[in-house]
Amino acid sequence: MDLLLDINGLSVFFGGVQALTKFSIQISRGDIIGLIGPNGAGKTTAFNATTGRIRPSEGSVFFCGQKITGWSPPRIARSGIARTFQNIKLYEDLSVIENVMIAAHSSVSYSFIEAILGVGRYSRDETRIKSRAYELLELMNLGEVASEQASSLPYGSQRKLEIARALALDPKLLLLDEPVAGMNPTETREFGEFLLTLRDNLPIGVGLIDHDMSFVMEVCDMIRVLDHGIPIAWGTPSAIRNNPEVISAYLGTDFNGTTVKHAKN
Amino acid sequence: MALYRDRILTVFSLFILFSFLTYADSNFGHYTLRILQNIAIFITLAVSYNLINGVAGQFSLGPNAFLAVGAYTSAIFTLSPEEKLRSFIIEPMLWPLSVISVPFAASLLIAGIVTALVAILMAMPVFRVRGDYLAIVSLGFGEVFQVLANNSMSITNGSLGLKGLYPYTNLWWSWGICVFTVFCTVRLVNSSYGRAMKAVREDETAAEAMGINAFRIKTFAFAFSAFFQGVAGGLLAHLITTISPSLFTFMFTFNLLIIIVIGGLGSTTGSIIAAILITWGGEALRFFEEPANLFGFQYDGVPGMRMVLFSVILILVMLFARSGIMGRSEFTWEGFLGWIKNKLSAMKV
Repeated sequence: MDLLLDINGLSVFFGGVQALTKFSIQISRGDIIGLIGPNGAGKTTAFNATTGRIRPSEGSVFFCGQKITGWSPPRIARSGIARTFQNIKLYEDLSVIENVMIAAHSSVSYSFIEAILGVGRYSRDETRIKSRAYELLELMNLGEVASEQASSLPYGSQRKLEIARALALDPKLLLLDEPVAGMNPTETREFGEFLLTLRDNLPIGVGLIDHDMSFVMEVCDMIRVLDHGIPIAWGTPSAIRNNPEVISAYLGTDFNGTTVKHAKN
Repeated sequence: MALYRDRILTVFSLFILFSFLTYADSNFGHYTLRILQNIAIFITLAVSYNLINGVAGQFSLGPNAFLAVGAYTSAIFTLSPEEKLRSFIIEPMLWPLSVISVPFAASLLIAGIVTALVAILMAMPVFRVRGDYLAIVSLGFGEVFQVLANNSMSITNGSLGLKGLYPYTNLWWSWGICVFTVFCTVRLVNSSYGRAMKAVREDETAAEAMGINAFRIKTFAFAFSAFFQGVAGGLLAHLITTISPSLFTFMFTFNLLIIIVIGGLGSTTGSIIAAILITWGGEALRFFEEPANLFGFQYDGVPGMRMVLFSVILILVMLFARSGIMGRSEFTWEGFLGWIKNKLSAMKV
């Protein structure tokens, strides 16, 4: 067990709104951890606080034994946490291959003078970045559209491109915010299989948010459930599936305060 | 293969350009030569301005200020001590500056570096926050510089300006610097640094999530573009040989903005084409201000008529070619040869 991410008692307040209260999670190498909850439960806030986009009000985030709370987003990214966004954030006007190559910028060792003169480490680095980017596009089945404009891709492919871009950072931890939203059932199943092979082949841990329950239950080892910013459950997919608190968070309670029965398959 | 072909073609076209300049130098009149030099300086300015505004997507309004900083710096460094003694009649020049005199090339380099440093100082507070603060600060700096230059008598000679600069700038200097700037900018844009700038332009949040330090890359783009604007300022100063604080008005920035927008924001090729068209076109349109006899109608010529025509052209561009001449695409030999092939095959049929 190789602990990657260790979040302890993380709270985020927006003025008087408690977006996230005492959130804790551990992600180790080889884990696929799910983060679920109804809309507005604070899932994305948890990701944003982890990657430095939001400064947490309380609590701490450790990554590979280092305290990263308060670090800037690029610094956290360079230390090995790559993420995707719920509302896809691609560099729309650039080509697909450029999108992936950009993520390798922090691994570039040449100076701008070497770039202008085209000497030194320039050509070696550029060749490396480019071939690595092609590899990743092939991996995500995007090889044929490499030179097309990113915004011209269909929605599902844009999601895949975002993941290829995140992988180009050579991350230790991959945070996926609704990776299968907008994918059809076949694509979703394929993506689930892809994620499992990825976990088996690369030394990484994965944290993912999604609303597609069958997908989450399929791929995740453990699941953390949030409701109104408060962690309400933690367990294996089968335990979560039958947890009455989780069911009431999703489906609500009836007049007597008892959980609404959910139809089992 | 294609790489070697492209290199050979590039070198060949540069050879043609410089042959043309050699021919122009000995055969064209003073007026035409002056326009050619203006074109070179405006290409330099437009290409470097496009880097910060178009490629990195940061809306700067600073070129006139950087031009002024560069012009003053290089002028102060090339003027001979005797000339300085003669010019600074109200207050003598500050000591180390009053005796320094360096060759023109060195003064251009110093001008570039000083301007880049000024840009970095400006970027420090501005790029810490997001939003269009850069436009406000750079616009303000242009005005502040004018006031500073007017009042620091012992450095800039105040409103008297600097006179008697040796006209170092000739066709070779202006076109040499122009080619150098285009070369550096194109190479930079095609490297990982250029990609990082584009990433910041497209989506700053996503760029930061991919490990790009947006503050640093924006500051770098700003300083890089300021460097070449400073050098262009030095060229301009030694072309017109007299500079004063009121020379570098906002009109410079305004013209450059028109150039890069018409060329296509973000396209270096577009900036070059538009710089040529507008610098040359601005002179060509003077024709409409001259008296003429049109089919028996006597036209007396209206001063300022070319500006009216100019505005009409701009409006037409805004209506029918919103993304400019080139959009965001760039010139490549590949595309050019393909285009020629198409034309040839169309002619055969």
